[in-house]
Formats: sequence, C-alpha cells, structure tokens
Amino acid sequence: MGKTINIVLSGEAGEGLKTIEKLITDVVSKYYYYFASKEVMSRVRGGNNTTEIRISEEKVYAFQKNIDVLFLLNDNALYRLEERIKEKTVIFGSEKYKNNEIIKKKNSKLNIIDLKNLAKEAGSKLFKNTIIFGFMMGMMGLEIDEGNKKIKEFFADKKEDIVKKNLNALEIGCKEGSKHKYLFNIKKGKIENCKNISGTEAIGIGALAGGCNFVGSYPMSPSTGVLTYLAKKGKDFDVLVEQAEDEIAALNMVIGSWYAGGRGLATTSGGGFALMQEAVSLSGVSETPCVVHIAQRPGPATGMPTRMEQGDLNLTVYAGHGEFPRIILAPGNLKDGIELTQKAFYLADKYQVPAFILTDQFYVDSNSQMEKFQIKEEYLEQNIVETEENYKRYKFTEEGISPRGIPGYGKGVVKTDSHEHTEEGLVTEDFNLRNKMKEKRMNKKINILEDYIQPELIGNKNYKNLVVGWGSTFGVLSEFVNRNKDLDTSFLNIKQLFPLDESLKDYFSKAEKVVVVENNYRGQLAGLLKLELDIKIDHKVLKYSGEPFSIEDIDSSLKELL
Amino acid sequence: MTFDIKDKSKISWCPGCGNFQIRNALIKALEEMNLEQKDVALVSGIGQAAKMPHYLNTNFFNGLHGRAMAVAFGVKSTNPDLNVIVEGGDGDMYGEGGNHFIHNIRRNIDIAHLVHNNMVYGLTKGQASPTSQIGFETPLQVDGVILKPVNPIALALSSGATFVARAFSSDMEKTKEIIKKAIAHNGYALVDIFQPCVSFNKINTHKWYKENSYYLNKEYDNSSLKNAFEKALESDKYPLGVIYQKDDGDSYTNISNVYINDERPVYSRKRNIKKINNLINS
Repeated sequence: MGKTINIVLSGEAGEGLKTIEKLITDVVSKYYYYFASKEVMSRVRGGNNTTEIRISEEKVYAFQKNIDVLFLLNDNALYRLEERIKEKTVIFGSEKYKNNEIIKKKNSKLNIIDLKNLAKEAGSKLFKNTIIFGFMMGMMGLEIDEGNKKIKEFFADKKEDIVKKNLNALEIGCKEGSKHKYLFNIKKGKIENCKNISGTEAIGIGALAGGCNFVGSYPMSPSTGVLTYLAKKGKDFDVLVEQAEDEIAALNMVIGSWYAGGRGLATTSGGGFALMQEAVSLSGVSETPCVVHIAQRPGPATGMPTRMEQGDLNLTVYAGHGEFPRIILAPGNLKDGIELTQKAFYLADKYQVPAFILTDQFYVDSNSQMEKFQIKEEYLEQNIVETEENYKRYKFTEEGISPRGIPGYGKGVVKTDSHEHTEEGLVTEDFNLRNKMKEKRMNKKINILEDYIQPELIGNKNYKNLVVGWGSTFGVLSEFVNRNKDLDTSFLNIKQLFPLDESLKDYFSKAEKVVVVENNYRGQLAGLLKLELDIKIDHKVLKYSGEPFSIEDIDSSLKELL
Repeated sequence: MTFDIKDKSKISWCPGCGNFQIRNALIKALEEMNLEQKDVALVSGIGQAAKMPHYLNTNFFNGLHGRAMAVAFGVKSTNPDLNVIVEGGDGDMYGEGGNHFIHNIRRNIDIAHLVHNNMVYGLTKGQASPTSQIGFETPLQVDGVILKPVNPIALALSSGATFVARAFSSDMEKTKEIIKKAIAHNGYALVDIFQPCVSFNKINTHKWYKENSYYLNKEYDNSSLKNAFEKALESDKYPLGVIYQKDDGDSYTNISNVYINDERPVYSRKRNIKKINNLINS
C-alpha cells in the first residue's frame, strides 16, 4: 500500500488559502497523486477555514480526518481542529501556541514558525502565502525552479518588483521548509496524462460538452461556481449567461430557451431548487426539456450554506406537482461530472423531460487529478425537427415521443401548453384525450430506461458484501474497498438515480449483506431502492453533520458491520 | 396567411369581454406589419387574458401564472430573430409576475408586453387585482380594497422602460396602432390596456373608462421622461397613447456579450468539440 500524507492549512476567510492550494497542487500533481478539499465557514472574512491536501503514492479521492501536518496561519484556529489532531500530528504555528492546551493534551509536536517575521524579511506581510508555498516545497524536497516558474505564471500581470519579491519570499520559505524534509517520505513518481480540475469545473465542462448555450441562474452556495465558470467561458463558447432575479425566473428562462432551440441550464442548491418546483412541472407537462444542476447543502431552509449533505434526492425525485417522468444523475468522480452532465443535456433533449445533476458542496469544492480522455461529440446531436405546415407539437407516435419543433424553423408553428392539451397543443378537458396524453408522457420512462446509465462496481465482481452509494461518497467508499480486499466487499456507485432500472437487482441478489452509505438522515437512496425495485437493505450508514464522510468514519462503521 | 383561427367557437371569454377587441387589434397589427406566423411567438401565463395565444394561429408558449416574461426572455435571447409578444392580465403580470415585470424592464429585452388591465381578477372570479381601486368591493375584499393600486406606467418608467403606452380595448383601431409601435420598438415595450370586465367589475365599466381617459394630443413630446412621469401620475383622467419612447440601441440582444459582435442566434451556433477537449487535454 502506498504512503499518504495529509497536510492541512488553517486560516481565516479571505486570507488566501485557495492561492496556496492552487500553487502547491500544481507542482505536487506532477509527481504525486493528490486530493484537495476544503471546509469553510459561511462568511466572507475572518472565522476559520481549512484546506486539506492529501498527497499520496497511489490514487486518493477522499477526505481524511486525522491530520499529519498542520499549518496554523492565524492565531486562533486550533479550537475547531481538536478532534482532528493526534499525537503524531506535526503542527507549525506561531509562538502564541507555545502553551496551547489542546496541543499539550494531544501531546503533538509544535514547531514554531514565525511567519510574520519571515514575511517581513521578504518585504511585506503580503508575502505570507508565498512563504508557506515555499515552505511546503522545501519540506517536500521539490525543486525551487518549479516554484519560481509557478510564481512567475501566477503573478504574470503584476509589476516586475512584485514578482521579484515573491521569488525572494519563495526562497526564504523553501529554506525554512527544507529543515523539515524528514516529515515527507512519499516516494516521488511521475504522474502523466492527468489534468487537475475541481468538481465545479467538471460540471461546467460537461455543460459545454452537452451543448449548453444558455444559463439562467440566481447565485447560491455551493452552486455558484458553475455559474461563474460558464460566465467566464461564455464569450468563447457562445453561452448566454444571465443572472436571474430569482430562481423561479431562472428555470422559466431556461425552459423558454429550450423552447426556442437552446440548451439551457440552471445551477442552484436545494433552497433555490425548491423555488423551481412549479417550473419543473411545466417542463414535465409541456415536454420542454430542461437541465438543472443541484449542488446540495444541508437544509432545511438556510441550513448550513457552506457545508455538505445529500439530503435533496427525495426533493428531486418528487419535484413538481403532478406526475411526469424525469432523469436524475449523480456524478461521483470528476470524469463522471463531465460525462453525466453532458449526457443530461442529451437525454433531456431526446426524451423531452427535465434532467437533474445532483452534486454537493464537497464534490464541487474538491479538486484532484483526472485522467485525460476524449469527450464524445455524439451527445451534441440535437433532436429538433424542421416543422411541416400542419405540424403538431404533441403528435401521438409509435415510439411514444412527439418530434420536437422550434419556432421559426420550418413552415409550421409550435404550440406549447402548460394545460392538458390536444396534439396541436391547444387546451383540452377531454377525459379520453387526457388519458392518452398522460400515458404518452408517463411511458417515456420505458424509452429513458433503454438509455439507462449503468452503475460502476469497484472491487471484485464476486463479493459477499455490497456497499452502495451515490454521488460524492464515491471517493471514500472506493478507497475503503481498495484498501480492504480481505473483507470480500465491493462498492456499487449508482450514477443514474432515477428512473432506476430492474437490471440493478442482479447486483443485490448476489450479496449476502447490503450496506447503503449516504450523507442524510433517512437513507433516501435506500428508500428509493426499496420503493422502486423492492430491494432490501440490511444496514444504513448515515452522516448528516454537514461534513463529508472521512476515511476514518467509513473504516470504523463498515468494519463493524461487515 | 392569417393569424386568425378558423373555429372561433372555442373562445371561452364572456360575451362582451374587452379581450375580443384586443384579439382583433393584435391580429390586425401582426397582419399589417406583414409578419409571418412562424416568426412570431406569443408567450403567456395564466388568466383570461393569458388564453389569447390559443385564439391566434402562431407559435406560442402558454406557461405558468406570472412567469410569462421569464419564459419570453429565454425565448427572445436564444433566438432574437423571433418577434416575441407577452400577453396577460393585471394579476398575472403585476401581481404574481411583479418581480419579472421589473427586472425584464431593466434588461430592456426586445419584447412587446401587452397587459390587459381590467382592475379585477376574472379567472378566479372577482377578487381584487393589483390595479383595483381603493374601496372596490369583492367577495374577498368584503369591505372594499384598502391597498393602494399599482401604477404600472410610473413603475415601468422608474424601472427604466424604453417604451410605455396605455390603450383602451374599446378603441380597436387606436389600440392596434399602439400595439404596432410596441412590436416595432427595439427594446422592452409595455402596453397597459384598459379593458372592461363585464362579469366581475361593475364599477370600471366601458362607460367609466371612456369618461376617465383621454388621448394624448399630437403636440405631446413622448421623448421626455419628465413629461412621461407627469402623465403617469395623472389620475383624474388617464392619458392614452404612447407616453414614453426612447431607443438608444441598447436592447438586451444588442448589447449582451454574446450578441455584440455576432448577430446569429446563440442556439444556431455550432459547438466545437475540439475546443472543449482542449479544456481537459491541454
């Protein structure tokens, strides 16, 4: 088993943890595997935030609770980290921590690092972040030239003097850090053909790959990153991005865009999605596609805005009044983020239904290496027809899908209605027609299942125990089964949560024991598996504190059950 | 080519409703402007007025109560080649849709916004609307309305509307001319259309509107915002006609960053998969 080191930076909001993370992971990722995640307080300045960077000889993709090396960048950050500090934790902090009770109690080692003075030596306290970057480089024994390159790149648009001072700060930090090389005993390798991306970027890239050319959204943590990513790419990729006045407007705009031939996206979180319910229903009855990305955070109501939960699966399954089909996809890793988002656009278009991508704060705010791959062009194909003079938007067809026209393309006109309607799209109260139209819509489930996105099984094909999860638990559960081959346990990551396909049952019938792992209170996937496929779940491992599952959580709870 | 429908028996408005005249005015306006059915998209919400698209033969999206402007923004900004008209009642547009009313004015999206203003709710049977006058008694406001009515003209002006007009449904010809100007306007255009409700509003009748309104004369300069605000605040008699119009070429689809250097509708632009692959493979 490969060695791993867990480095945590702890500082205030607005202090620049993100910058240090970006600089160091850019360099580290060439030689080691890494996984970086963050947990932040819901405030713009102050408080305490941490960034965790796990560096390893083998692939890592999960949150680790226990800290190996801790950098305390401000003077009152330790109180939140007590549980994560162990005896072996090496702490770097200011002199103020000398008599710290927590450190004493834990018997961990404190190394005094006088950041303020080192920064002063470099010219200004502004260079604190570069010093830390240098310190980490030195500690890891990385070539300073690479750091220099990064600094020049990062400060490319700054004055020469600033670049020079930062290079100096880097050197000062590096020299200090190299005194602690003993801490870092990870074997240096060479990582090739990988790209560092975040969950947010994966969803954004997936949207572009799905032909998204319209975004209507209202900012809401933790989904806003996707909105700003697409805004940044908008000009280059011909994406119209509009900040809506509210989430109700956002999804209605998106539906209007699809009606006119666009491929629209709304990105939001649970609260915003709650406001979109009626529009989801509109998409359902009018058979106008739409795509919504929901980055979950703990609810109800405002809940914990910057934390994680998988509490909105039920909301998404039942979103909107009335009955109509829908598609729900949940990426677990970065590649899935791209591919499933791309597919959401394609499937929404093909089946004229709302499609949802469910992520969460932990997923969108983490970043890691993704193996490069070629994105398929076929999912950009549109399912739009040129209309004839007597075009009927809701025509009954043998295959069950009415060819979708758009206004202005062809000789016909496109009449789209939120009422129950005739084939022409005119309001009706004919009961027989209502039955036929409703059955036409509901039966699209059969077509959708023909395209069912298969789950991914991690571990041996034959197993005694099956661990089941969805979304961002992918990393922690994959690491668990990979590290515990003796437990005769495999992990099933379900990517398409709705509609569920009968074929999934085969995975469950093989297992003697089934454990579902979810970041919510009720075990929403477990409930859905029971309801939709009558699958019996033996145990549920649930966490709803607002934090992701750590490796340690999963280790202790699963080992007890298996 | 006609925008009229063949079978008028399906029209479910009350006999004598002002909506009939507005329908005639709209059909005539579209035809006189030589627009083609395939290039027009009517977007509506819910209410008696919002049924209009069903009674015209053209593209339409009949969506949710209050949300027509939001849908229409999506339609127009995705395909600026379409002539987009939003139609609905005072409750639909100023009540349930009030937020979208304000913010789409700010967007100056090139849409003609026709609001049937009969100062009462029709579809839900006679409750107060945002424009109902103080003292107006209804089955719900049993002692009469105590809320101050919305002034849509002043609200539109103060939100930065580039075209604000008021019409009266009984004057079909004049209403038609105002609608034509609204459609032709490059930017957001509000036409608040006074209209009697024969079933639920026995106060603001055809006669009442007639007696309480007047047409702006030819000398009136509608390019002045100051004049427009003055007119907007008149309530002894309500002015009819184009109260304000200004075109600085800054409608949304003229100045949005995806259209500023490229007029092709965004939906028609082909995505380059190589460029996306570069995002992950470079």
